[in-house]
Amino acid sequence: MYQPTLVAEKDIMEALELVQDPEISTVSVVDLGMIEGVEIHDSHVSITMLPTFLGCPALEIIKKNVVEQIQSVAGVEAVEVLFKTAPPWTSDRITEKGQKGLKAFGIAPPPKHFTEDGSWHVDCPYCGSTYVTLDNIFGPTACRSILYCKSCKNPFEAMKPISNLM
Amino acid sequence: MSTNAVEMTPAHKEALAELLFQLADDDFLLSYRGSEWLGLAPHIEEDVASSSISQDTMGHAKMYFGLLEELGYGKIDDLAHGRSAKERKNSILVERENGAGYYMETPRYDWAYAVVRNYFYTLAKKVKIDSLKKTTYQPLAEVATKVSMELFYHHIHWRTWFTQLLSSSDEAKERMNKAIEGVMADFGDVFSYGNASQSFKEFALIEDATVLKQRWEAALEEVVKALHIESPIIQQPDRNGRLGEHTEELDRALSTLSEVYRLNPSVPW
Repeated sequence: MYQPTLVAEKDIMEALELVQDPEISTVSVVDLGMIEGVEIHDSHVSITMLPTFLGCPALEIIKKNVVEQIQSVAGVEAVEVLFKTAPPWTSDRITEKGQKGLKAFGIAPPPKHFTEDGSWHVDCPYCGSTYVTLDNIFGPTACRSILYCKSCKNPFEAMKPISNLM
Repeated sequence: MSTNAVEMTPAHKEALAELLFQLADDDFLLSYRGSEWLGLAPHIEEDVASSSISQDTMGHAKMYFGLLEELGYGKIDDLAHGRSAKERKNSILVERENGAGYYMETPRYDWAYAVVRNYFYTLAKKVKIDSLKKTTYQPLAEVATKVSMELFYHHIHWRTWFTQLLSSSDEAKERMNKAIEGVMADFGDVFSYGNASQSFKEFALIEDATVLKQRWEAALEEVVKALHIESPIIQQPDRNGRLGEHTEELDRALSTLSEVYRLNPSVPW
């Protein structure tokens, strides 16, 4: 009798850990908190993902990379990736490992707190100084802001806080 | 009570689609106008900021077109690029050109107009989005919740420009006041639902336009009071974009933005 290979969720998650953000090689889609669900029916795998920002042009690339990576898992025959907006992605979904990965890339992880007027503070990812200024709340991608460290004189980026309070 | 597409009557679905077209076309056209500013904004940080906002806004239009696709109204690309001006439901305000000239040649765009249009529109969008978070159509409520998080930053951005320019030199104030006049002349249909007010109400898709209009006026009043200028009043529209009534400026926009699409409509962009 034909016995399909069992696909383990653990193997899928391990494979997802290998799918990097297309621009930030030190964080994976798992680290970023973009994976909402994994469903396995025999050899069919369905992944539900949350877009960080709705207009992010990297979403299609990420989707393609996820499909390719999951297809390489033993026993997987078909992969489906669905983007959903509920629950909405928020920046507190970034894991601790993701925060470290961002920092290693020179991007400050998103602040956990911000005040009612929308202002927030992060430290310099290079020297740890708190003496920084916000140059532009908007940055080179939808999810990042541009800052400057007055201590080590480096420009740097930070992940924008995105929260349910907004 | 929330509804899903399966249990909807034809009248219900038609009302929902009408609302989605209004929302999608508004964001789509305004983000197109925003993209024409690329490389022309007053300084490089603003170029980064306003193009990022335009990209977010295009993403919002895509979500609404996506909901229409799910309802069986056609593919996203065709809905965005393939519809004629008279099929468009956007307000007149968002189709207006950025100023004199053409962006490929000698654009003499008006930044004061960009600031006022974007600020007043973003505030209106915020009022609508807050209402849409409570819509009976759950997929739309979910999109609204997500849009709201991005809009938070757009709103702060345009409000900052608005208040700073109106607290600046006499020339800035004069140009801003002229821009306010221009924007308000086209604002009449922003809070219009065209012929669909009754059906939006019947299916509890979004609150009454009069209520939203009052919220917009109240929110703006707080800001303009501090700047010692008169509160802008929304007039009845001469022409209503929600009814497919548009200017030649929309024709020109569509002919430019759909140029590549029309080369081969079967290719996904």
